[in-house]
Amino acid sequence: MVLFRKKFVSRFFSLIPLFILFFLAFSETHFNFEKLSFLSFNLIYIVIFYWVLKNPDILGYGFIFLAGIVNDVIIGLPIGVSSITYLVLAGFAAYVRYLTVEPSLIYDWIVFVPSIAVTNSVYFYILRIFFDIEVNYIALALNSGVTILLYPIIGILFNFLFKIIIVQKNV
Amino acid sequence: MVTSRDDFSIAIRSAFLKKGVKQKFSLLALIIASIILLSLEAINSKSLNFVRSSVKDVIYRTSFITSIPGNSIAPTITKIQNYFEVYEQYEIVKSKLQQLENQQNQINYLKVENDKLKKVIDDTDTYNYESITTKVLVDKKSPFLKSVILNKGFNSGLKRGMPVLNGPYFVGRITEVNYLSSRALLINDLNSKIPVLIEPMGYQAIMSGAGDKPALLEFLPKNHQLEVGSVVYTSGTGGIFFSGIPIGRVELIEKKFHIKFFSDLSQLYLVNVITSKPIGNEQ
Repeated sequence: MVLFRKKFVSRFFSLIPLFILFFLAFSETHFNFEKLSFLSFNLIYIVIFYWVLKNPDILGYGFIFLAGIVNDVIIGLPIGVSSITYLVLAGFAAYVRYLTVEPSLIYDWIVFVPSIAVTNSVYFYILRIFFDIEVNYIALALNSGVTILLYPIIGILFNFLFKIIIVQKNV
Repeated sequence: MVTSRDDFSIAIRSAFLKKGVKQKFSLLALIIASIILLSLEAINSKSLNFVRSSVKDVIYRTSFITSIPGNSIAPTITKIQNYFEVYEQYEIVKSKLQQLENQQNQINYLKVENDKLKKVIDDTDTYNYESITTKVLVDKKSPFLKSVILNKGFNSGLKRGMPVLNGPYFVGRITEVNYLSSRALLINDLNSKIPVLIEPMGYQAIMSGAGDKPALLEFLPKNHQLEVGSVVYTSGTGGIFFSGIPIGRVELIEKKFHIKFFSDLSQLYLVNVITSKPIGNEQ
């Protein structure tokens, strides 16, 4: 019974990142402030990068793909655009994970900068070149900048959650 | 950090081809699947459209349910955002109120005169149209794309291209219709181009959405004498929309003419979709 309870608690905490990912993709809850556009950021990018870097099994690539499809449908983009951008970002995180011997939040943050730059470039070019959809690149750049700046703060919060997951697993 | 070239390629292979312990697909396989999905967007077949429409309906409904907790705190967030603009808006409203009081008297006179003249020329009522009231199901605000999802689809008679009104004001048009839901592209979207008429000068132009900024007026006649404060209406050119639906007022920003909308497009809740066709476009 105790073992079952521990397993349940560990499973519950490890599902929180996945819940956050789908909640952000499905719900109207967003961090794009129309009147304070300079504060807009993309929390989904942070969630994907952080958790794939820590443990890709927590989110799962299949779920990242599905979250992308949901996001495309909700926002009204051609289906597959967000999936590609999310998976490219996950690819960066997975690549860095394989190369990193001693992970640290500062190092992850530095790597997050080119990852976001490439990911948003992919996003921009797919929409602009293949679908001829106009994208406000200044808003996109601002959004990327704020997302990068907020990574360490949200990373610290996720570190707490990650520690809880690890502790619960090892109890 | 490993630096040799072999390790570099091994890391790339591991990242994109290796499946995790609990993973069923590799990253590369899913990226290929996304590319296939994107290519399918270009194919327009009945069966594919049916699948797309069903998937979208399910996702929109799920989104509506998951948005309920967030929506309950949304008014508070909007209130906080509005506080940033209170003083600026107060000054604008104060001066506008003065102008409106003056204009009201003029409007009353013009209205009476207009009715008399209409009787003389035996004109039909341009506002005589049928509409369906729909609720905004999802409004996921994006800094790049401006659209809302409505809770009625082709089962209620909605079709692509139908104009969407907020009260008496034009706010967008239907761009995607599913069985139970539809998407309206708002007039501030970067991809929105609407033919407009500017009164009292009678100029015709194209209104281009500019995201969070007021929409831009393009293709104005050469040597125009456009005045700030002129009212912009749908022109009805091409027979797509009814003419004379008010949109906003002309304002000058950085030496360019823009349109400030009458409707607050971030606060849409119930909107009307005009289902009847404009006069002269019965086909």
